Amino acid sequence: MKVHEYQAKELFKQYGIPIPRARVAKTPQEAAKAAQDIGTSPVVLKAQIHAGGRGKGGGIKVIHDPRDVEAAASKLLGNKLVTPQTGPEGKPVGALLIEEGLDVQGEIYVGIVIDRSRACPVVLASAEGGMEIEKVAAENPEKVFTEVVDPGVGLRPFQANRIVFSLNIDPSLARKASGIILNLYRLFTEKDCSLAEINPLVVTEGKLIALDAKLNFDDNALYRHPDISSLRDTSQEDPLEVEASQHRLNYIKLKGNVGCMVNGAGLAMATMDLIKLVGAQPANFLDVGGGATVDMIKHGLRILLSDPEVKVIFINIFGGILRCDTLARGVAEAAKELEINLPMVIRLEGTNVELGRQILADSGLRFTVAEGMGDAAQKVADLVNQL
Amino acid sequence: MSILVDENTSVLVQGITGNEGTFHTRQMVEYGTKVVAGVTPGKGGQSLDGIPIFNTVKEAVQETRANASAIFVPPPFAADAIMEAAEAGLQVVVCLTEGIPTLDMIAVRQYLRGKNTKLIGPNTPGIISPGKCKIGVMAGYIHREGKVGIASRSGTLTYEVVDQLSRLGIGQSTCVGIGGDPIIGLSFVDILQLFEEDPGTDAVIIIGEIGGRAEEEAAQYFRQQMTKPVVAFIAGITAPPGRRMGHAGAIISGGVGSAQEKIKALEEAGIVVVKSPAEVGRTMARVLRRQR
Repeated sequence: MKVHEYQAKELFKQYGIPIPRARVAKTPQEAAKAAQDIGTSPVVLKAQIHAGGRGKGGGIKVIHDPRDVEAAASKLLGNKLVTPQTGPEGKPVGALLIEEGLDVQGEIYVGIVIDRSRACPVVLASAEGGMEIEKVAAENPEKVFTEVVDPGVGLRPFQANRIVFSLNIDPSLARKASGIILNLYRLFTEKDCSLAEINPLVVTEGKLIALDAKLNFDDNALYRHPDISSLRDTSQEDPLEVEASQHRLNYIKLKGNVGCMVNGAGLAMATMDLIKLVGAQPANFLDVGGGATVDMIKHGLRILLSDPEVKVIFINIFGGILRCDTLARGVAEAAKELEINLPMVIRLEGTNVELGRQILADSGLRFTVAEGMGDAAQKVADLVNQL
Repeated sequence: MSILVDENTSVLVQGITGNEGTFHTRQMVEYGTKVVAGVTPGKGGQSLDGIPIFNTVKEAVQETRANASAIFVPPPFAADAIMEAAEAGLQVVVCLTEGIPTLDMIAVRQYLRGKNTKLIGPNTPGIISPGKCKIGVMAGYIHREGKVGIASRSGTLTYEVVDQLSRLGIGQSTCVGIGGDPIIGLSFVDILQLFEEDPGTDAVIIIGEIGGRAEEEAAQYFRQQMTKPVVAFIAGITAPPGRRMGHAGAIISGGVGSAQEKIKALEEAGIVVVKSPAEVGRTMARVLRRQR
């Protein structure tokens, strides 16, 4: 799960990581008031969205005259911001973070992430933080310092020191810097983060301040962090995806016109791959999961059909835990309620397949039966070509 | 022959009294798996279809000589269940649970260091040596005995591939779902090593997907150590980019993790990569014909 910069900074504050003086504003008037309270010139307006690249997308405004804050804020608030990471549809800006302007003397990158192969957290740091950190990492990997953490004892102070001294920080700031890194690690583990990032951690007037903050959380661990779960902002997610997740379905909207419903993420991805291989375009990824109920199948089909781009439906189910008769009942019931007029290809295999086929045949629904994935994809392609 | 589980495997089921645990215990017994014990704390002394239930894994092992475990325990308690199984000395532990927090699994991996336990999963459909032993939730009847080994990160996609093979008359030695989570027990490399050493396996199929470095590591192992042919399919070549993990994710992976990168690494190592998921079975049939 992602959170906004201002929410991440609130957590930073709780963990003793210094942040700039700032206020959150949800209206242009609040923004003007916030700028007045902060009182520095300039102030910085930062659009709060769940994506990076905000600087490049025009979501960060440095305002020198306090009288210009309201106008600048009204241009951002309530509109969608497109950045290199949002996709062309952009993300809605519902809040701004108004921050004191700082005189930045150096930008450091600090990030903590899980290394899958080693099965432990690693801390990454670079003296060349800021917007180009990925370029630095790709072109000059020696400029990114890596410290592998022994999960049994956690990040040790000597390791934090080693990171700090790799950054060529002014020695008077070294102790503070290693404190920040240790606190970030504590936050990472205590709140079950999947990513904790300060980029940049800036040196300003003899102080270190986290100018930006990014925290992602492990969805599987949210059950033990109700404080974190409550930070979820569904306005930043696709409405259909949000609705799907409420029904425990995994749905991702794509650009094509073949709506697919599959059980299992691997088979769902493979089905999309195959649709593309025969020259058609998948409209979505929809994994109804292993333990889908009749109700979940119904909701899945309804969500899939609420995408107006969908012109052909492809259901590909290999029954294991999810039995084919359950799937068939869900499809039959959904068809009764939804009046499905689109051509549909159904491929059913696995547990209780005969019963499932019988239920579909008796449902009065019109559909094409396919034998095997290859045959199914070909039938889908033929239907698409007839459109 | 087969790897990890066979007719000598005696299974205990952790979480045997839960809905999933009970249902799949019965399915496993029906398939012919020797399920000798169940464990649910507080229900020791009861039984399920004549299978004795114990309070602790240690007690169950002492009483029944179980040597493998199937874990059907809810996510908050699953990491602890794996450690309990390892502590009791079980050789093979299969964790079916989906949704275990990543940091819990890091603690598990830490705990398993220096122990002989081989962990499969979590978030796996399990492992099956057709005709001998099934520990998992896969439909048994689609499998048939034979000499092709399968290692997969996916569930239903594995059933798909198994079905293609069985319909072509190609049986399987062992099918292992290594699990779909970021932190898992046995890796592709571990499984390839076991298949390479198994005289009952002639060829191997890897079913991978986007994310992580497991396929790249498998490619490297294949190039350096493996003599048996390997066929691979990678799911997710059309998956949308994005849904990225911020800068740190991109940095740690060094740009690898996409389907294209994985396919390139596998092909360069000499592994046959199948582009269509509908063609995995037929491709393996061709590879086996060439071998003879």
